[in-house]
Amino acid sequence: MTAAAALLAEVWGILETVEDPELPIAITDLGLVRTVQVADGRVSVRLVPTWTGCPALDVIRARVQGALRALPGVREAAVEYTYEEPWTLDRMTPRGRARLAAHGLAVPRCRFSEPPACPTCGSHDVALDSLFGPTLCRATYVCRACRNPFERFKPPADIAPSRE
Amino acid sequence: MAGALAAIADASTRAGFREWLLRVADDELIIGHRHSEWTGFGPDIESDVALSSIAQEEVGHARAFYAQITAGEGDDEDHLAFARLPGEYRHAVLVERENGGWEWSIVRLVLYERFDAERLGLLAASAQDPFAGLARTLLREERYHTLFAEAWLTRLARGGGEGRARVQAALDAAWPDALGLFEHTDVDARLGAAGILQGSTDTLRKAWEAAVRPVLESSGLRIPSTPARTGGRRGQHTPEFDRLHAQMTEVWRSEPGARW
Repeated sequence: MTAAAALLAEVWGILETVEDPELPIAITDLGLVRTVQVADGRVSVRLVPTWTGCPALDVIRARVQGALRALPGVREAAVEYTYEEPWTLDRMTPRGRARLAAHGLAVPRCRFSEPPACPTCGSHDVALDSLFGPTLCRATYVCRACRNPFERFKPPADIAPSRE
Repeated sequence: MAGALAAIADASTRAGFREWLLRVADDELIIGHRHSEWTGFGPDIESDVALSSIAQEEVGHARAFYAQITAGEGDDEDHLAFARLPGEYRHAVLVERENGGWEWSIVRLVLYERFDAERLGLLAASAQDPFAGLARTLLREERYHTLFAEAWLTRLARGGGEGRARVQAALDAAWPDALGLFEHTDVDARLGAAGILQGSTDTLRKAWEAAVRPVLESSGLRIPSTPARTGGRRGQHTPEFDRLHAQMTEVWRSEPGARW
């Protein structure tokens, strides 16, 4: 393995330890990392936000920069957000989904318009309480079957006309 | 991404596109500021959180545009947000109006969000990266604002009692300012001629009217026939904006370059 390839693997490894401040999962499981480039000790990481106005963006950037600079082989670390392609739910890993589910947060399979299931009892007899929950990426529901309130991960809407 | 605007060779076209992008960003910043004034005052906790979230998103959208506009210019997004004089802002008067009642904020939200979707669609269809990519991203976020606004409009207008009359009065008051969103300046013709954006303010207005008419009429509302009130796109704002600007820039003016 070349030095650059080894550093690239190290960078991906360290990115897996950076958690989102609002969700209990790593940014790699959330699918925020778009590209990583390594050249001569200079690392460039491009991230794609789930929500453009998310107040956690600066915290995440600072955490990534801090983690990268702690690596011995890194001389310079540049972290930027990119908007070439929107973030979509299919960027979240199965492990990320499982961790959010364990945290009590329902995650749609591929879009928000799917009928939600209550994470407590599994019932589909649920009612939307509010499209806007405690963070930009969550909506709140009430389960009519078990009467528990719950939160559901809210991805940006799919605006393809034949879908949402 | 640095200096995306700089890639446009013709100076007049570049300045025109910068101005067009500032309209987008300024509209988002100022309507976001107005929405944020509902924090703690919404009619119920869900609506309070919703308007606060929409505010957070709009300000975030403004920031993303400012950052891309200033990339390569030496300043950062805060300079555009806070270091300009009131007459240098390019938002439409509609978004600077004081909140008034809940029904007024909802009517404005409906009218503005449908406009914003059409305008972002124009940018998303252009070849102007990275702005086009940003527009495609934001369209997916703005969709929830429309869903929220139109559900509330229907609820207020069809709810009986004084609701319908109050919503109609809000619509009558907002309509001339809403038409002012489409204020035409020489920038628009220049961008069309240069092939930067395919579509005029007239085509935008037609698409917007086709979208808002059924929403308003299905709620039993009468579409006003008053003419547009313009000026915002040329920096002519109202005393309502002067007050907002004084408050919004207070920290920056007392400590220029402050970071938070």
